[in-house]
Amino acid sequence: MMRRIISILMENEPGALSRVVGLFSQRGYNIETLTVAPTEDETLSRLTMTTTGDDKKIEQITKHLNKLIEVVKLVDLTEGAHIEREIMLMKVKATGAQRAEVKRTVDIFRGQIVDVTSTVYTVQLTGTTDKLEAFINAIGETQVLEVVRSGVSGISRGEKVLSL
Amino acid sequence: MLSGAEMVVRALQDEGVEYIFGYPGGAVLHIYDALFQQDKVNHILVRHEQAATHAADGYARSTGKPGVVLVTSGPGATNAITGIATAFMDSIPMVVLSGQVRSDWIGDDAFQETDMVGLSRPIVKHSFMVRDPRQIPEMIKKAFYIASTGRPGPVLVDIPKDHTAPHNTFPYEYPKKVKMRSYAPVTRGHSGQIRKAVDELLKAKRPVIYSGGGVVQGDASEALTAVARKLNFPVTNTLMGLGAFPGTDKQFLGMLGMHGTYEANMSMHNADVILAAGARLDDRVTNDAKKFCPGAKIIHIDIDPASISKNVAAHIPIVGPVKQVLEEMLTMLEESGEPDHKSVDRWWQEIEGWRKVHGMRFETNEQGPMKPQQVVQALYKATNGEAYVSSDVGQHQMFAAQYYLYDRPRQWINSGGLGTMGFGLPAAMGVQFAHPEAVVACVTGEGSIQMNIQELSTCLQYGLPIKIININNQALGMVRQWQDMQYGGRHSQSYMESLPDFVKLAESYGHVGMKVEKFEDLDGAMEEAFALKDRLVFMDIYVDPTEHVYPMHIADGSMRDMWLSKTERT
Ligand SMILES: Cc1ncc(C[n+]2csc(CCOP(=O)(O)OP(=O)(O)O)c2C)c(N)n1
Ligand SMILES: [Mg+2]
Repeated sequence: MMRRIISILMENEPGALSRVVGLFSQRGYNIETLTVAPTEDETLSRLTMTTTGDDKKIEQITKHLNKLIEVVKLVDLTEGAHIEREIMLMKVKATGAQRAEVKRTVDIFRGQIVDVTSTVYTVQLTGTTDKLEAFINAIGETQVLEVVRSGVSGISRGEKVLSL
Repeated sequence: MLSGAEMVVRALQDEGVEYIFGYPGGAVLHIYDALFQQDKVNHILVRHEQAATHAADGYARSTGKPGVVLVTSGPGATNAITGIATAFMDSIPMVVLSGQVRSDWIGDDAFQETDMVGLSRPIVKHSFMVRDPRQIPEMIKKAFYIASTGRPGPVLVDIPKDHTAPHNTFPYEYPKKVKMRSYAPVTRGHSGQIRKAVDELLKAKRPVIYSGGGVVQGDASEALTAVARKLNFPVTNTLMGLGAFPGTDKQFLGMLGMHGTYEANMSMHNADVILAAGARLDDRVTNDAKKFCPGAKIIHIDIDPASISKNVAAHIPIVGPVKQVLEEMLTMLEESGEPDHKSVDRWWQEIEGWRKVHGMRFETNEQGPMKPQQVVQALYKATNGEAYVSSDVGQHQMFAAQYYLYDRPRQWINSGGLGTMGFGLPAAMGVQFAHPEAVVACVTGEGSIQMNIQELSTCLQYGLPIKIININNQALGMVRQWQDMQYGGRHSQSYMESLPDFVKLAESYGHVGMKVEKFEDLDGAMEEAFALKDRLVFMDIYVDPTEHVYPMHIADGSMRDMWLSKTERT
């Protein structure tokens, strides 16, 4: 079982996203994260999803995705060198001695505190899924009040581009 | 300047549509009014929207042209769902136009509103919702294009009522071509792969050609037959592929799979090279996929890459239109010398041996009731093997597949993938519309026929002289067979009490009814029925309720594990 990042270029049309999501539930595939937004060409959306499966399953997933009429192109980013990023916003308890401790941890992870009250820090952190998880562990679950993550976005390294 | 409704109808005309099968209702009344004012597209009024989809499907299966359906929103659309799913599973080209509530009411739970695009999503190749009447010509063009190219399938166009309103008119132009950057079906197989396949075929010692519905749908029957003849290889067809290779040909092994012949299944299991053409190695064929044909190299031709290596890994995958691939294969074969004739001859001897021991046969009983197989044999005789045969789902379907020998593609019309009871009669209607002069028989059971019996009324309205062969075993026979074999004979809800008098029923619909109870009356009755060329005849034929379909795969076994009768197994 391998984690895969599949990046899809598709027509920016109503209903297109539901077909992608529907395909996964209909065929018993699992979506771990999903992000979608229009690209520089507003007729196209870029969708990134992470899923897990063996080679056979991933092959079926990509074949079926390719069959969807609105899917223009797709790539399994994990097949080559790539960059992945996720953004996380987190509210952390920050009172007394902990205020300094949280601040230090945020600095170590190169996050930013983007909002402050007398008892709460709101932290913004960008990175790979592993890094975000490491940060959550470092802060300690008892301190975490709320977490929101964007899901993974990714792009291949070097000259290779996913475009028309 | 045309209204949305007029554009719908004009687009159908421009697409060359002869027949549209449908049923009116509020959301499509503008379209019905536009249909009324022209006479190029013939609307066929069915009695239930499910039948509209099956009739369009039968039309499509027997012609290769997309079937067209028109239904209203809400219940009209939901009634069409079973037929859309049936077409989807068997890759049948179909365009379904469904009415929708006015666009500003969508999402408000308006009267007869259902999210048809959402409901049908997993069972269509694609769907459109009209958001502006100006989109209608292009959407319809795209719908036909998508439905009938690549791996065919049903396409839905959902049309909100306000977009068809008569007072809003627009310039109309039907696009000559469509180009879609996101849809480009493959037009050629990879020559390198085809070459590899040819090399493998020429080396084969125990080859089998296993061909499926794709060969029928892809008009590749001639190419397949030519390849098979050139190589003198044995051919087996799937339930969906019957007719793609002539059923009476000596190279034909019969159907394979769950109810395939002994020789077809044995040949597959012992093969060293299998050429799978337009077939998808589905569970009704393979039995346990892990035990499937252990010694075989598999060459798999399919237009849909997702069908390849889905259930069974292919050694030589070839993605492409099966016709083009087989034609290229034939050219290469003609230039590349001869197959291993000596080994193939020995292989044929082995196959003949299997055929001799356990060929297709069944027990008859002079005193006892007629056998369902005898009915199919009598039908074959009465129609010289030339009729279009549609079938419903159950034991009668398997007997019709086993005992009627189909020599032509598109001659055998059945719901293989979804296995939809109620398919037979409406599908036969579609076939008869497409081929008004042809003999069309519907082989059905007393269970299945009652799922769309109301269509007898449609048949009267349009004078369709279909011959209904109701193989009446007074039971949901296929269910009962499984209960006999796997549930200790406990016939939970599998018999049909209080059957109607089908003869009177047929008569009350204005048709001819016949009841046959004795084998000695069978041939005469068939002759009489088929002599009534312009009448629908409903033949209610009573057969042995205890008969089973054999051979039958033993669940979770390999291809060669079969029950051959109630007491014998391999
Ligand atoms: C719509 C639908 N419901 C249920 C089934 C399950 N099923 C398969 S065969 C069968 C019995 C069919 O009975 P009949 O039409 O009398 O045919 P027979 O098997 O007796 O020849 C049933 C209920 C089905 N295939 N389709
Ligand atoms: Mg029955």
